[in-house]
Amino acid sequence: MSMSKKIIPVQVISPEHEAYLRERKIYRRKILGTQILLLIGIIIIWEIAGRLGWIDPFITSQPSRIWKTLINLHREGVLYYHTGITLLETMIGFISGTLMGTIFAIILWWSDFTAEVLDPYMVVLNALPKIALGPILIVWIGNGPPAIIAMALFISLIVTILGVYSGFTQVDGDKIKLLKTFGATKLQILQKVILPASVPTIISALKINVGLSWVGVIVGEFLVSKAGLGYLIVYGGQVFKLDLVMTSVIILAAAAAIMYKAVVYLEKLFLKWR
Amino acid sequence: MRAKPLVSIRNISMKYQSPEGEIEALKNVSLDIYEGEFISIVGPSGCGKSTLLNIIAGLIEPSEGEVLINDKIVCRPTDMVGYMPQRDQLFEWRNIWKNVILGLEIQKNLNEQTVNFTRKLLRDYGLFEFRHKYPSQLSGGMRQRVALIRTLAINPDILLLDEAFSALDYQTRLIVTDEVKQIINKENKTAILVTHDLAEAISMADKVVVLSKRPGTIKNTYTIQLTCDVKTPIGCREAPEFREYFNKIWRDLDVHV
Repeated sequence: MSMSKKIIPVQVISPEHEAYLRERKIYRRKILGTQILLLIGIIIIWEIAGRLGWIDPFITSQPSRIWKTLINLHREGVLYYHTGITLLETMIGFISGTLMGTIFAIILWWSDFTAEVLDPYMVVLNALPKIALGPILIVWIGNGPPAIIAMALFISLIVTILGVYSGFTQVDGDKIKLLKTFGATKLQILQKVILPASVPTIISALKINVGLSWVGVIVGEFLVSKAGLGYLIVYGGQVFKLDLVMTSVIILAAAAAIMYKAVVYLEKLFLKWR
Repeated sequence: MRAKPLVSIRNISMKYQSPEGEIEALKNVSLDIYEGEFISIVGPSGCGKSTLLNIIAGLIEPSEGEVLINDKIVCRPTDMVGYMPQRDQLFEWRNIWKNVILGLEIQKNLNEQTVNFTRKLLRDYGLFEFRHKYPSQLSGGMRQRVALIRTLAINPDILLLDEAFSALDYQTRLIVTDEVKQIINKENKTAILVTHDLAEAISMADKVVVLSKRPGTIKNTYTIQLTCDVKTPIGCREAPEFREYFNKIWRDLDVHV
């Protein structure tokens, strides 16, 4: 039984390999360095362009003004209030969208009849821009966070159902057959092979949903306009406080990036067998 | 001959229905298999070899006829029969131990006795120290042995091997067939192997059944008797009779390309 291809010699590092590793490290550092320089460059040029009057900071804002706004928001305490509300709405929408989507996908997998009956409806709902449902949701649910959460949920729900269901149907038929030869019931097939084999599909649905939930929440806040980063952006736009708009967008970008990273961490945790 | 067959296949016919029409996969197939026998089933592709195996496993019901195991009619999968799929079909997210107890877990038959039996199988066939590894960390041959132990763990009397070695590269395949044959002999199992590899069929089996083109019927049955010093599939290929059987079966298959 040959195991040779699985064993990588770690003790002996040839000079060539050492040189290769060193070069790789230098290249990686170059990339990171350039990325940081690019960011600093943009900030500096933006600031200088504003100071020298190439652009009008009243319309484009400016890094120093954004910083000032951030400090003010922090002092007034509103920074955490608005960010917290948006974050909470996104998390609830994101988690419930993924959970409900997976549950619906299980129902479709369980009954081929249901899946075929609902197929055209799913196609239409998937094609429909969910944002159009915003006003309806506000009328039905009311002018507040529940409507915003519903918006975030709707926007990710159909994509999750379709993605996870197609993941379920792509599970190797021979694996299901193997379980059947052991006399497995449908519930056992779901538990032992369909769900665990679909963890990568569900996680890639999570990754898509992180982005979609933010879209849903911000659009919801645009429409409802009471609190949250979306509210700050709309309010700032209406009263021409572009500093506030830009600051909110930057906080939004940071929060979305952190949430995406958290999902990537989750992926590593669940897929250690890879 | 021994008195009572372990598996009795009686006048099996199988028709598949599809919108495009009806496909007759098997027609009037009858076969008796006795305890401890190793049977190979060969035939041109699409002749219904795998269909026959699925019927014996109780996965599908034949249109006509019946299969009896120990005088009982097969209508659903039983723990008398263990099935080895094409490719190993190990679950990548389960470690080796979790993979080999899969059948016991499904049959809700995990107890001290079955766990000890499975541990012994792993120990006997050199896989015990790999029980915490994941399938992706094992070579193709080892994975195949794990798959066999997963089948043996439920302690079936009959093993069904559905082109079980076809995904392996040639060298590994020869070694694995040798190992599997030894294990099956040692555990004293009855085995039915479906394959399109004539050399594999002849070198492993006591009896080779040749199926005709669709609809599959039994064209010929050969009782294999090879004079070889080493009674392993590789050793058997050295026997003078090997070529004779090979040519006869090859003519039966009547292959035109």
